[in-house]
Amino acid sequence: MSETPRETMEFDVVIVGGGPSGLAAAIRLRQVAPDASVCLIEKGSEIGAHILSGAVIEPRALEELLPHWREEGAPLNTPVTEEQMLYLTQKGSLEIPFLDRVMPHMNNHGNHIVSLGDFCRWLASRAEELGVEIYPGFAGAEVLVDDSGRVTGVATGDMGIGRDGQPGDNYAPGMELRAKYTLFAEGCRGSLTKQVTAMYNLRKGVDPQTYGLGIKELWEIPKEMHRPGLVQHSFGWPLDDRTYGGAWMYHFGDNLVSYGFVTGLDYPNTWLSPFDEMQRVKLHPAFRPYFEGGRRIAYGARALSEGGIQSIPRLTFPGGALIGDTAGFLNVPKIKGTHTAMKSGMLAAEAVAEALATDRVEPGSYTRRIRDSWLWTELRSVRNIRPAFAKFGMKGGALYSGMDAMLLRGRAPWTLHTRHSDNEVLEPASISEKISYPKPDGKITFDRLSSVFLSNTNHEEDQPVHLKVRNMSLWKTVNWDVFRAPESRYCPAAVYEVADEATDPHLQINAQNCVHCKTCDIKDPAQNIDWVTPEGAGGPNYPGGM
Amino acid sequence: MTVLVYLDHEGGAIRQASRSAIAAASKLGDVDVLVTGPDAAAAAKSAAAIPGVKKVVQVTDTTGNSELAEPVASLLADLAAGYTHILAASSATAKNILPRTAALLDVQPIPDIVAINDADTFVRPIYAGSALATVKSADAKKIITVRASSFEPVASEGGNATIEEVALPAGPGGSTFIATELSKSERPELESARVVVSGGNGMLNEENFKLLEPLADRLGAAIGASRAAVDKGFVSNEYQVGQTGKIVAPELYIAMGISGQIQHLAGMKDSKVIVAVNKDPEAPIFQVADYGIVGDLFTILPQLEAELDKAG
Amino acid sequence: MKVLVPVKRVIDYNIKPRVKADGSGVETAGVKMSMNPFDEIAVEEAVRLKEKGVVSEIIAVSIGEAKAQDTLRTAMAMGADRSILVETDVVTEPLSVAKVLKALVEKEKPDLIILGKQAIDDDMNATGQMLAGLLGRPQATFASKVEVADGAVTVMREIDGGSQTVKLALPAIITADLRLNEPRYASLPNIMKARKKPMEKITPADLGVDMTPRLSVVSVAEPPERKAGIKLDSAAELVSRLRNEAKVI
Ligand SMILES: Cc1cc2nc3c(=O)[nH]c(=O)nc-3n(C[C@H](O)[C@H](O)[C@H](O)COP(=O)(O)OP(=O)(O)OC[C@H]3O[C@@H](n4cnc5c(N)ncnc54)[C@H](O)[C@@H]3O)c2cc1C
Ligand SMILES: Cc1cc2nc3c(=O)[nH]c(=O)nc-3n(C[C@H](O)[C@H](O)[C@H](O)COP(=O)(O)OP(=O)(O)OC[C@H]3O[C@@H](n4cnc5c(N)ncnc54)[C@H](O)[C@@H]3O)c2cc1C
Ligand SMILES: Cc1cc2nc3c(=O)[nH]c(=O)nc-3n(C[C@H](O)[C@H](O)[C@H](O)COP(=O)(O)OP(=O)(O)OC[C@H]3O[C@@H](n4cnc5c(N)ncnc54)[C@H](O)[C@@H]3O)c2cc1C
Ligand code: SF4
Repeated sequence: MSETPRETMEFDVVIVGGGPSGLAAAIRLRQVAPDASVCLIEKGSEIGAHILSGAVIEPRALEELLPHWREEGAPLNTPVTEEQMLYLTQKGSLEIPFLDRVMPHMNNHGNHIVSLGDFCRWLASRAEELGVEIYPGFAGAEVLVDDSGRVTGVATGDMGIGRDGQPGDNYAPGMELRAKYTLFAEGCRGSLTKQVTAMYNLRKGVDPQTYGLGIKELWEIPKEMHRPGLVQHSFGWPLDDRTYGGAWMYHFGDNLVSYGFVTGLDYPNTWLSPFDEMQRVKLHPAFRPYFEGGRRIAYGARALSEGGIQSIPRLTFPGGALIGDTAGFLNVPKIKGTHTAMKSGMLAAEAVAEALATDRVEPGSYTRRIRDSWLWTELRSVRNIRPAFAKFGMKGGALYSGMDAMLLRGRAPWTLHTRHSDNEVLEPASISEKISYPKPDGKITFDRLSSVFLSNTNHEEDQPVHLKVRNMSLWKTVNWDVFRAPESRYCPAAVYEVADEATDPHLQINAQNCVHCKTCDIKDPAQNIDWVTPEGAGGPNYPGGM
Repeated sequence: MTVLVYLDHEGGAIRQASRSAIAAASKLGDVDVLVTGPDAAAAAKSAAAIPGVKKVVQVTDTTGNSELAEPVASLLADLAAGYTHILAASSATAKNILPRTAALLDVQPIPDIVAINDADTFVRPIYAGSALATVKSADAKKIITVRASSFEPVASEGGNATIEEVALPAGPGGSTFIATELSKSERPELESARVVVSGGNGMLNEENFKLLEPLADRLGAAIGASRAAVDKGFVSNEYQVGQTGKIVAPELYIAMGISGQIQHLAGMKDSKVIVAVNKDPEAPIFQVADYGIVGDLFTILPQLEAELDKAG
Repeated sequence: MKVLVPVKRVIDYNIKPRVKADGSGVETAGVKMSMNPFDEIAVEEAVRLKEKGVVSEIIAVSIGEAKAQDTLRTAMAMGADRSILVETDVVTEPLSVAKVLKALVEKEKPDLIILGKQAIDDDMNATGQMLAGLLGRPQATFASKVEVADGAVTVMREIDGGSQTVKLALPAIITADLRLNEPRYASLPNIMKARKKPMEKITPADLGVDMTPRLSVVSVAEPPERKAGIKLDSAAELVSRLRNEAKVI
């Protein structure tokens, strides 16, 4: 396609993705190897544009990376002051007592409620001050590999290719960013990571990765109702015992509330709609009063890795490494992955600096550094909790995790395993129980399209569809005939629509709406959908506060 | 206080928008008006008949110079001494001239006002109408353009103003008028049309979409579409109205078989009157429509045409 | 021939602006900012003139806070040769911006100044005209076609209901309308190269310009929400209402 040859630029290190892991790696690299040239690309139109998180963060890794973060104005402005874990029934709720003992991983003392997007914007300015070259608006679209099988960088996507696949008037070819070492920091379910993983068979011998989908809204609520520092989580209603998930609500900043709902993507009921679950929980008496009289400011969604340590793949390969959530370093019971993402990035940076100095092909010491760090200890101690929920159900899982925490203190001599990928556990429409969701009221609850509007999502219209269905006929026989188009329910952005349902059902893809959550790439029952990077800068534009 | 209003006219007939500007000016003080061009004499006569106008300043010019911003801006600056405010309806012509006048007078202009709070304070849309700013001017003279749709036009007959002839100054020179070409296309352009007829997914196919044309013809309307209609190939994407299409604000917007999702509304919610025809009584479009008909558009469309024919 | 292109940093056109709860303005903290889209068109036109060999140097200028550097870098990535940041934290208005630009024109002596027709934040549509007025030079606003030949520029301009053609002696001021061209992407290689192009930083005071705004913002509010109207039973009733009540047909 590209008749015009691609331009090339050489760096010591290229980092793909400007989340906490990529930015922490970039900063650490320039700290330990000040002469190394470091280039970071980000597919969002700016740093933070695609960052979606809770987020209550633990400052542990930040403390190690930038000890003067307070003086340098890091936007960690709301310390956690109070926390509650609520077990919901349809009408009522029960607060779990002695939270710090039953669920010690939920203890948030010393943590802060932040906008992770704003935090990343701040990290990016620190990185730039240290001489990192950051280029937002460019997606890594292709992994470059040399004849010896070593990854030698990435190429950004072509711009100005029409929907028909032909270059248009403003066509600009992608660029090759060559590097001695490439760090993939794409966050959960990275698209290039997927390629590298296949190329080097990185998942051999580990459990399948499992995922959750987090759908979030940012609200501005009346001052009287705002309790800065309050952190709430819920489990129980409205999910059945076979479905993992729950809501969060964090009060922070100027009358802001981060509210959202995580649904384990190993849910079996094909009729389940994570979006509608998130909407209806707002109507529960435990949450509703906070939303009354408030205004919704932003909306978004993102998958997160839930497999834990059992699912972490081989981390290095010739010419690079995986860092952050694309490798799966999320502490699931804590729903915290920022500090672990940062730590993994920092350790990879140190390994790369060492490899640079000794001219090694693979930054192999990264794996050892991980195993020797607090990150590994932390993830090991919680390794059985999420699998227990999958194995014993929500109530059983909760019991197990209480027991694990209080009696075993995370040191159980056994390890529970996940056997199935999330796409394999969906049950056919014929045996799944239909769920009826309340209609949106336009005040507290909303429909998908008016929600996507608040994510400021856009993609250049005239470009190839970036959601690649490998085999359309498989869609009809599997997705439609067996599961009745689950993608029309799990996609939080109404990208997938069934057209002419009554006469000739076929799939319509509104790719322009996509908020890059990656759920379709994960949950499609036949693994028939590939999420690839659209033209750079496309996707959501999450505002400050998200 | 006396206010000067620059009037747009077409071959001597004063534009309705300019009568809205006069209405706005009347809230500020006595009104004088300015007409320029080869037909200035005819225009002056029409202007003198507008109630509330005290004096008409007539500038006849056949050189083409009155088509240029430079001399007209200088003219307005020369006339400004006697006035506290200079107004015009927001039009391409006024937007070309008035800011230049403002610069000559060392004044920050106030474009596109939609309301007058007092002699110094005005309301104007910013961010393409996403917000309304109330601004207060510290300048001794105000130079203002007016959103015509926000002010009820004054009548065109009933007044009796005096007419005074003034000559067009040469201005700084350097620019020459070559030609004006008015577009002859049968259908007005979407973004500037007075009436827009739009079709959505409910039109079902390309064939049916054409059914909107006779209605548009009768109303002198431009044709628009929702993204669903564009995506399905009923029409090409230059017809798309909405967040990612064209933003329109006609006097009348007719939505046929459009559900009214927020992304579509973003492109037409500032229309003066919205009409929706949709078979789903719950369709969100009805939450913004001034007039709605719940029913099958394929039955209502021919009825609508027949009614328009009947009424002439 | 030298061209000056003023470019403004505004909230990205994909972002829906949100009025602050206290009514003091529109939220800009953490909001994505980009080059004003009409200014991209202006830069593109200048670059095309350079590619045609008509223009030898393109200077981009922005007046605003330090972050306007990003906008200037984008202009240089698109093809501007160098840039000037006139740094100020004072709220800018077309009048003050035009005064700054006038001072720069007197210093740099460009033959052509191409601006966007309007900035999509304040929608003033004024700066180009005002600059022309202050300089006493000819102007062609809302340009849809620009041709430079023999020391003059011929511009087709969009007017209500059609177009108008004018010819201007240089130096002249042009403001770009939507249909003038489709701006190119700032490609990654060009963004990298733009990091090395020169950027001069000065202040309005260096140019002797007083930036005190003449307009003050009393309040900013969301426009009133549209209310649902009435449901009618027939086409006949609709036509009669449109004619007699709404008076739009
Ligand atoms: C709903 C939800 C709630 C959470 N709550 C918390 C919490 O309260 N506390 C906490 O600590 N953690 C929380 N997490 C987890 C935390 O957000 C992640 O662990 C963390 O963001 C991972 O950082 P990362 O750098 O690995 O990836 P990300 O933050 O996902 O960043 C990856 C970046 O790379 C970019 N990118 C991806 N692919 C490409 C490509 N091919 N080319 C260019 N750029 C690319 C993306 O656009 C993105 O900006 C939550 C996560 C979710 C989804
Ligand atoms: C980032 C983004 C940008 C977007 N930009 C735009 C945009 O610029 N413009 C835009 O329009 N959309 C845009 N959309 C899409 C928008 O969300 C809607 O999907 C779209 O507007 C729907 O078009 P529609 O109303 O024609 O279709 P539908 O929602 O399918 O509605 C069709 C309507 O027709 C009615 N109908 C069907 N048959 C009949 C009949 N016989 N008689 C009467 N009524 C009938 C139905 O009841 C229904 O209400 C965008 C979406 C996103 C996410
Ligand atoms: C009600 C109101 C509220 C305001 N609020 C704010 C605010 O919150 N924050 C704030 O910063 N300012 C604010 N301003 C000031 C605003 O930035 C100025 O009005 C602006 O500089 C000029 O208006 P405009 O951009 O709409 O000019 P236009 O005349 O529409 O701009 C036309 C062209 O002039 C050029 N141009 C204009 N400004 C610049 C510039 N600064 N640098 C380079 N080229 C330029 C561009 O080529 C542009 O396309 C406010 C103004 C008003 C009236
Ligand atoms: S299309 Fe896929 S990645 Fe995009 S929003 Fe929908 S589920 Fe998420």
